[in-house]
Amino acid sequence: MTDIHATGRSLPNRLDNPLKSAVLSWESLLVLVAVGIFLLNSFASPYFLNAYSLSDLTFNFTEKGLIALAMALLIISGEIDLSVAAIIALASTMMGLALQYGADTPTLVAVGVGVGILCGAFNGFLVTGLKLPSIVVTIGTMSLFRGIAFIVLGDQSFKGYPPSFSWFGQGYVWWVISLELMLFLVSAVIYWVLLHRTNFGRRVFAIGNNDVAAQFSGVRVDRIKFILFCLTGLMSGIAAVLLTARLGSTRPSIAEGFELEAITMVVLGGVSILGGAGSIVGVVLAALIIGLVTFGLGLLNVPGIVMTIFTGSLLIVVIALPILFRMWRLRA
Amino acid sequence: MTDPILTLSGISKSFPGVRALNDVSLELYAGEVTALIGENGAGKSTLVKTMTGIYQPDTGEIRVAGKLVTLPTAHSASAAGITAIHQETVLFDELTVAENIYIGHAPTNRFGMIDWKTMRAEAKATLDSMAAGVDPDIKLKELGIAKKHLVAVARALSVDAQVVIMDEPTAALSQKEIEELYVLIELLKQDGKAILFISHKFDEIYRIADRFTVFRDGELVGKGLIKDTSQTQIVQLMVGRPVENIFPPRNATFGDVVLEAKGLSHPTEFEDISFTVRKGEILGFYGLVGAGRSEVMQAVFGLTQTSGGTLVLDGQTIAPKSPADAVEAGIVYVPEERGKQGVITGEPIFKNVSLPSLGKTSKNGFLRMAEEFAHARTYTERLDLRASSLSQNVSTLSGGNQQKVVIAKWLATHPKVIILDEPTKGIDIGSKAAVHEFMGELVAQGLSVIMVSSELPEVLGMSDRIVVMREGRVIDTLENDGLKPETLVRLAAGIAEEQAA
Repeated sequence: MTDIHATGRSLPNRLDNPLKSAVLSWESLLVLVAVGIFLLNSFASPYFLNAYSLSDLTFNFTEKGLIALAMALLIISGEIDLSVAAIIALASTMMGLALQYGADTPTLVAVGVGVGILCGAFNGFLVTGLKLPSIVVTIGTMSLFRGIAFIVLGDQSFKGYPPSFSWFGQGYVWWVISLELMLFLVSAVIYWVLLHRTNFGRRVFAIGNNDVAAQFSGVRVDRIKFILFCLTGLMSGIAAVLLTARLGSTRPSIAEGFELEAITMVVLGGVSILGGAGSIVGVVLAALIIGLVTFGLGLLNVPGIVMTIFTGSLLIVVIALPILFRMWRLRA
Repeated sequence: MTDPILTLSGISKSFPGVRALNDVSLELYAGEVTALIGENGAGKSTLVKTMTGIYQPDTGEIRVAGKLVTLPTAHSASAAGITAIHQETVLFDELTVAENIYIGHAPTNRFGMIDWKTMRAEAKATLDSMAAGVDPDIKLKELGIAKKHLVAVARALSVDAQVVIMDEPTAALSQKEIEELYVLIELLKQDGKAILFISHKFDEIYRIADRFTVFRDGELVGKGLIKDTSQTQIVQLMVGRPVENIFPPRNATFGDVVLEAKGLSHPTEFEDISFTVRKGEILGFYGLVGAGRSEVMQAVFGLTQTSGGTLVLDGQTIAPKSPADAVEAGIVYVPEERGKQGVITGEPIFKNVSLPSLGKTSKNGFLRMAEEFAHARTYTERLDLRASSLSQNVSTLSGGNQQKVVIAKWLATHPKVIILDEPTKGIDIGSKAAVHEFMGELVAQGLSVIMVSSELPEVLGMSDRIVVMREGRVIDTLENDGLKPETLVRLAAGIAEEQAA
């Protein structure tokens, strides 16, 4: 104890070795899992190890991954947005509507992204302005946004998007690197910087750990939460543009189940569902793992419904794991 | 002399970077009160947690009535006859008093269902034997904190605990309620229970305890009989040095008025509050609990909005809409609820310290870690923070050191006015003196300090002027020059001079 109580000593920055804690982190485990699944896929299917095949694989996670990046920040701050898939449906429907009025490609993109931001701002207002719990608010807006899409479209669909618009979902920037993958990678870097290297990110963590103490420390809690909802809306809007362009049509049932996959990516990536902890590297790795698994199952001709079962089970296991681990450690 | 009921020997417990307990021992005797004394961070709470099955000691053994026991869970501790009554009692608001007393060991009938009739009758008998005057059928939330303590004691009696641990039971009680608690402790003693009594207040310890055990820095430094030991001796054991002149000398020179409140009002909490603080001055706010002092301060800090009145800071009218506005203007607030509002316990020290002043250490909104660590080190070392590193989680610090983190956080913002709400509540003598000394340094450097305190010696020892509040109003503002404690109490309680004399 003497070193702790000695006077005139200087407090060290940290005691643990950062390299050691990096090796023992959740992210390292995810890397191992990703490599393992990659090898499994390579053995399981002769078509897997091929540049074009791998390029196709990325479409399995880029759109959801884009949403997961913003969702990670939102969940770290202690909130959640279950309406992201519904935002895609509404944004896509509005783009289709704009198309009927002869909108050109830049306008279509602006409509998609704009509707996304507006929907996010609406969620943010309900949560921060009216102090409603986000899980209830976004269950409500989930039905609301998709409901509007159903009213506009009924059992119809919008088709006939211009080729210049399709490039957003089907274009390649270089060789087998698609625009979607490029966008995802660039966004991942931006969100990594935002969460781990800025004052904003530091405040997001503080809010997630204790929003009362954060407010008492002069953090503008409501403003930051509002911005996070808008960012999640923005990423959903971008995902809507990409998905609509890739599919070439809008149906009201578009992107169904995306919210669960995005949240699974976030939680599998090591973000605490209770808020206050997580990393973007983990989320990116989790997106890759989910992409690898669904693509691998697809190569093996496993039907889509089985994949849903897989996603659901994964979500429960990943949430339960840290809790079971703690119980096991307490008993040991 | 009889053998002790509970014996702990050779107990050690370490946490990452901190040795909380080092080879300590403790004996509790039937029908006697043993006071556990020590500064915050001395290891008292850790010891209580090892006795109640929450922590597992690294080494050492626990014997109950001579038999070696292990306490892997909280349940096993209560099965071994050890029960604890905490500072903030752990009971259930939505259950009735009887249910609270018997939860976990309710009498059952032959079908294995709860025998409500017996339970209520027995609860009533226990409460009556304590002369508690509590109806077993009402919900716990309808009781005040003192009555809740009675229920906790009744629970201790009903589980037939041999050892009762009381962790600062008087912290939230009024003088009258404390007296009632003493009667109960006597009752427990007569019943042959061994009582461990943890308190910072010497008058209580000398009033109620038979024996004492002193911890310092996780080690046992002394034990003995209260009647053979003087207060000074115990204080010296606690801090390891003689404590003289508890309050630092006051600053004599004041500058201009820094903050002025004119007629601040709130729809329900307070009305027409006016006061001024000068540069280099400590302004004390005294009053009974519920007089509205904290509410006024939270309005000044922008947490709540006023319905009338103005705030003038350095000649400029301000109207903070949020704490962020107040901090920007130069007003900071050290809240009473340290663990909930003051520190973010899940985050490391340096992140807590830098949170309000990130603008100073960052560049264009981007973090600069080297500057941030240096910044945090500067302010934590000024307060003599006891920690193993700046990356240590605040949750692992003692209450006094957590308070230092809160103060360091605000100093780093270079405030003009610092508001301290019960700054030494629940803090041991050593840390208390450190906080007081530091307040003296702050005003010497030209800051203005507003101190809300319910402790008379603190208010009288530290303040230059004292504002007395009662029922949401300012009753008087007094120069602290030869003030008698009785005057303050009389004003705060609303007792007229003649009657008091």
